[in-house]
Amino acid sequence: MIWIAIRMLTGDAQKFFGLVFGIAFSTLLITQQLTIFINLLERGASGVYNVSSADVWVMDPVSRTTDVAYAMPSTALDKVRGVPGVEWAVPHIRAQASVRTKDGDLEGVAVIGVDDATLIGLPKNMVEGSVDVLSQPDSVIIDDVGTTRMFPGQSPIGERLELNDQRAVIRGIADAIPSFTSTVVLYTKYSQALNYVPGTRNRLSFVLVGAENPAEAKALSEKIEEETGLKAQTREEFARDGVQFIIENTGIPLNFGITVALGFIVGVAIVGLTFSLFIRDNIKQFGALKAIGVTNGKIRKMVAAQAGLVGLIGYGLGVLGTVGFIQAFSSDPTFKGFYIPWQIPLISAAAVTIILALTGWLALRSVLKTEPAAVFR
Amino acid sequence: MATKMDTSAIGGCNPEAAICTRAVTRDFQAGQQTITVLHGIDLDVKAGELTFLVGESGSGKTTLISIMCGILWPTEGEVKVFGTDIYDLSDDQLVEFRLQNIGFIFQQYNLIPSIDAASNAAVPLIAQGMERHEAREKAVAMLEKLNIGDQADKLPNQLSGGQQQRVAIARALVHEPRLVVCDEPTAALDAASGRRVMDLLKEVAVAEDRACIIVTHDNRIFDMADRILVLEDGKVTHDGTDMPPSDFGDH
Ligand SMILES: Nc1ncnc2c1ncn2[C@@H]1O[C@H](COP(=O)(O)OP(=O)(O)O)[C@@H](O)[C@H]1O
Ligand SMILES: [Mg+2]
Repeated sequence: MIWIAIRMLTGDAQKFFGLVFGIAFSTLLITQQLTIFINLLERGASGVYNVSSADVWVMDPVSRTTDVAYAMPSTALDKVRGVPGVEWAVPHIRAQASVRTKDGDLEGVAVIGVDDATLIGLPKNMVEGSVDVLSQPDSVIIDDVGTTRMFPGQSPIGERLELNDQRAVIRGIADAIPSFTSTVVLYTKYSQALNYVPGTRNRLSFVLVGAENPAEAKALSEKIEEETGLKAQTREEFARDGVQFIIENTGIPLNFGITVALGFIVGVAIVGLTFSLFIRDNIKQFGALKAIGVTNGKIRKMVAAQAGLVGLIGYGLGVLGTVGFIQAFSSDPTFKGFYIPWQIPLISAAAVTIILALTGWLALRSVLKTEPAAVFR
Repeated sequence: MATKMDTSAIGGCNPEAAICTRAVTRDFQAGQQTITVLHGIDLDVKAGELTFLVGESGSGKTTLISIMCGILWPTEGEVKVFGTDIYDLSDDQLVEFRLQNIGFIFQQYNLIPSIDAASNAAVPLIAQGMERHEAREKAVAMLEKLNIGDQADKLPNQLSGGQQQRVAIARALVHEPRLVVCDEPTAALDAASGRRVMDLLKEVAVAEDRACIIVTHDNRIFDMADRILVLEDGKVTHDGTDMPPSDFGDH
């Protein structure tokens, strides 16, 4: 009977494609939007992820994220270095600045000053050039998103910039995860950054700490807080706070939530309508089957098989579509490093299951209600 | 739906009878009022003969045959089909009983449009759980018996109305049911085609151990019956081998 059910469905090509399209559309919308949402949220932690060697971030108690930080007096560095369990501690500065490009355009950038001696604070990999270029005067390293934003289609190497009225020369490109706003980032030495960033007394944004025992970073961070009165967070905590900040301070959860809900609703509408039409067109046949001797239980299985087939194909297409989308845009820096967390296909699978269970059940009701005696009328 | 009837009122059913109804009534609810369509039907239908259930439109033929073949619950009364009190069965048991024992020929055929003639004819066997290819083979054999074996691979919409009806007949007979019911098989046909279908049904559907009931108000085929039951306003008013001498049906 399952075979008959499948043939009944596929025999009506228009409705079959309608159903598959509905499910594929919902899956695509839900999967793709959730993927973009999660990846964008994770951008809130990109500043932390870009410095993979720091186990603990130390900051002023009011600082919240890598981009929302209140500067500390430079004495903080020595205080942190004095805490037992700290293997190394380096200064880290993050500040906003404006650059004037050769063409005279003004662009807001983030300046990140990394430790002069160890260069800790730079992203792990370079796209072009070596980290050693920072030893040359006025050197900055731009991140790859910045390159595509400020120098589309050309190499930025050797380009001169006016950074807060100071001279800067781009000598390398870093392979970095873009920030939530895809701001252009210029990396330079700490000492150099102090020149670029207008002088106030306190300019130390963070102290980056390597733990003697990285497995006990949490305990170390607590110890640092206790002994210095500063705020210290493990890499994971600080990354989570970056994400949390975006959730709390932007409309994106709502926006994406609306789109995902729309995907679900449109799926229910298309699939529900088509399913009902399909059942209505075949109600006489279902009635005949019931009269001949097919139990309601078997009818349920038939409709479930039809829903299952539609779900499988539609879902597969939808997920493939999302993968294709991510692939197609992988070279676009906005989507750099985007991946599909495994939970998302599960979520859309659950959504598809709910859509089909709901619409299948609605459609089934009319079949189950049909009196077999109706076939003689 | 099913109301337990008072069994003391039931006269004994002949154990030989293919179908036996005792005191069968059926009411329908039409808005506020209840209309009684069948008034205490007592009938015995024998296997091995072609039984016609005739009567004017609205006399209750379809209602009665639906009750006799287990797809419509009587309001009161008892129905035994080959000795089984079918409305005493559970819902699923009754469905299973129909699947094993009854062949249906619907007026509108109700074939499944996306499967071919042989698969349509094989539906009861497939529903019984027979493997599909085996079921199809049997269905093709039945289609051959009905002279449309060469149409076995065609979809219903590639067949003429007459051919579709033969597929429907094949579906009713393929699982060798002991009771075949057929509602108005000739209503949509001209006189000649109607007689051809009846000849065919007589040939393939009527068998020693099978009861075959045909509902009709088509007076052109009355002469083909072995037995005629006339229904008027929900009562059996005639039971014989021929029509009563009145001019009923002259329309
Ligand atoms: N489901 C139903 N609901 C209400 N009235 C019905 C229903 N089925 C049949 N009837 C009524 O019962 C009467 C007999 O109908 P039916 O058995 O179809 O007669 P026939 O087949 O002889 O034309 C008609 O008056 C019809 O309107
Ligand atoms: Mg009728």
